[in-house]
Amino acid sequence: MGSRHHTRDDAATAAADRHHSQVTLHVNGTPRTLTLDHRRALLDVLREDLDLTGAKKGCDHGQCGACTVLVDGRRVNSCLQLAVALDGSEVVTVEGLGDGGMHPLQQAFLDRDAFQCGYCTPGQICSALGAIDEARAGHPSHVTDPGTPSGRPMPLGREEIRERLSGNLCRCGAYPHIVDAVEDVIR
Amino acid sequence: MKAFAYVRAGSVEEATEAYAAHPGAKYLGGGTNLVDLMKLGVEQPGALIDVGRLPLDAVEELPDGSLRIGATVRNSDVAAHPAVRDRWPALSQALLAGASGQLRNAATTGGNLLQRTRCPYFQDVTKPCNKRQPGSGCAALEGVHRDHAVLGHSETCVATHPSDMAVALAALDARVELYGADGTRSVPAARFHRLPGDRPERDTEIRPGELVTGVVLPAATAGLPSLYRKARDRASYAFALASVAAVLRVEDGVVRHAGIAFGGLAHRPWRAERAEAALLGAAPTEAAFGHALDLELAAARPLRDNAFKVPLARNVGVDVLTRLVPPTVA
Ligand SMILES: Cc1cc2nc3c(=O)[nH]c(=O)nc-3n(C[C@H](O)[C@H](O)[C@H](O)COP(=O)(O)OP(=O)(O)OC[C@H]3O[C@@H](n4cnc5c(N)ncnc54)[C@H](O)[C@@H]3O)c2cc1C
Ligand code: SF4
Ligand code: FES
Ligand code: FES
Repeated sequence: MGSRHHTRDDAATAAADRHHSQVTLHVNGTPRTLTLDHRRALLDVLREDLDLTGAKKGCDHGQCGACTVLVDGRRVNSCLQLAVALDGSEVVTVEGLGDGGMHPLQQAFLDRDAFQCGYCTPGQICSALGAIDEARAGHPSHVTDPGTPSGRPMPLGREEIRERLSGNLCRCGAYPHIVDAVEDVIR
Repeated sequence: MKAFAYVRAGSVEEATEAYAAHPGAKYLGGGTNLVDLMKLGVEQPGALIDVGRLPLDAVEELPDGSLRIGATVRNSDVAAHPAVRDRWPALSQALLAGASGQLRNAATTGGNLLQRTRCPYFQDVTKPCNKRQPGSGCAALEGVHRDHAVLGHSETCVATHPSDMAVALAALDARVELYGADGTRSVPAARFHRLPGDRPERDTEIRPGELVTGVVLPAATAGLPSLYRKARDRASYAFALASVAAVLRVEDGVVRHAGIAFGGLAHRPWRAERAEAALLGAAPTEAAFGHALDLELAAARPLRDNAFKVPLARNVGVDVLTRLVPPTVA
C-alpha cells in the first residue's frame, strides 16, 4: 500500500473487478459502503476515505500500536487488517468513543497528562478499552498468575496494565501517566 | 504491493478449490504476518483465499480426553480457554508470551503455525536469502545473526522459527490436522516444521494447497504440570532469544514422562529427545536436568555471535524443569 496512494476518486469510480470489491464497514455506528482495491488496509481507508485521522500510522507493520481500533469489539492493529476481509464488521475508532462528550478514559488521559506529543494516544486509548474488556471477560496476560481462575474477571494492577498495553509504544515515554489514567477508569 | 484477487471461503472444500483455481494463491488467516510480508514485497500472492471466517472456530473437548482447537480460533481465545489453561497451561503461557494483545486478537492458530521467520534478510528483498529466493545465498551466515539458530541449521539457512505457540505444541505432543487434495491427515506438531537442509524455502511439511484445519492436544499430556518460559531482550513484546516448553510426569520419585522443546534455537521447535531419554527413570534433580540438557545441547553449533544462546537455553530449561517437580518430590 504505502506509496501506491489510492484517492477517493479511484475508489468511487473503480468497479468491483478481480482486484476490487464492494465492502460495507459499520464505522462508529454508521454503515459505509465503498468499492476498495483489495490491497487497502483498514487504517488507510479510515484515514484517507473516511476522514477519520485519529488512528495513526506509526510503523505500518504491527509493531507500534498507533493504529489500534476496535473491530467487532476487539482491539486490532488496523494497519495489518485488509479492509476487504472485514466486510460487515463493526469498527470503532477514537472518534466514536464517548456519548457526544468525552469518554471517561479520554478525560482521564487529560487529567493525568498521559501524553506529550499525542501521536500514540488514540491507539493507547482504544487499546486500553480493548484490554479492559478482555480482562473483564477473563482473559489472562503474560503476568497473570496461572493459578488465577478462568471464566472470571481478571484484576488489573499496574503490572497487568503495563503488560497488556505493551503493544502500544510511546516515543515520548508517557507510560507512567498512561497507566495512571487507565487505573482511574477501572477503579 | 501487487494487485490480487480476493475470495472469502465458506467451507474447507471451497477454500482448497479456490486455492487450486487461482495461480499464486495464498490463504489469509488474521493477516498479521502475511499482510506485513506483502507490504515488504516478500510475499506477492496473485490471490488471497480468506480462511479467517471458516467454521473452524471451535475448541472442542473430544470423548478421549483430547482437545481440538480449530484453525481459526484466535490466539487470545486459545490462551484464555479454561481447558487449555487448566490442562495444558504451557500452551496458554506460550501464546501470552508472544506478540501483543492486538496481534493475538487477530492471529489464528493456523496462521501462527505458518508464520515465516523474522530473519531481517528474509524480510529485505534487496538482500540475498535462500529462503526467500532459493540459490541467492544466505546473508545471515556472516551477517547480523545474533537471533539465529544454534541447532539443526545448514550452510543454506540459519534462521529460527519465531512461533512461541508451536514450541508448546511440540512439547505437549500435539498434532496438526490438515485437509487437502488427498483428504485429511495429521502430523505431530514436533515434526510439522522442518530443518532447512538444502531446501530452506520449505518451512513445514505442509503440501501445496493444504489447509491447516486444527491442532489436537492429546489426553496423554492433559493435566500434567507444564510450563513455558521465554528469554528475550525486553520483558514484553519481543521474539524469543531462547525459550523452553516442558511437561513432566514424576511418579515414585522418578521421571516417567518428559516432553521438552526449545524455541529460538532452530528452524523448528527443537524437541529435546536426547534429554528426555536421559531423564526417564532418573530422579528429578537440578543436577539431572542440567546433565540431560547438556547432552542435548552438545549438538549445538553456534554462529559467530550467538553462542550465548546455549547456556541461556540450558539455564532456562533447568529452571522450567525444576519448577515442574511436584513439591512432595522436591
Ligand atoms: C510486531 C509483531 C510481533 C510479534 N511477536 C511475536 C512473538 O513474540 N511470538 C510469536 O510467536 N509470534 C509473534 N508475532 C507473529 C504472530 O504470532 C503471527 O503474525 C500470527 O500468529 C500469524 O497468524 P495470522 O492468522 O495473522 O496469519 P496470516 O498472516 O494470516 O498467515 C500467515 C501464514 O499462514 C498461512 N495460513 C494462514 N492460515 C492458514 C491455514 N488455516 N492453513 C494453511 N495456511 C494458513 C498464510 O497463507 C500465511 O502464509 C509477531 C508479529 C508481529 C507483527
Ligand atoms: S538465515 Fe535463512 S532466512 Fe535468513 S538470510 Fe539466511 S537463508 Fe534467508
Ligand atoms: S501503524 Fe499499525 S502497529 Fe504501527
Ligand atoms: S505521547 Fe508522544 S508518542 Fe506517546
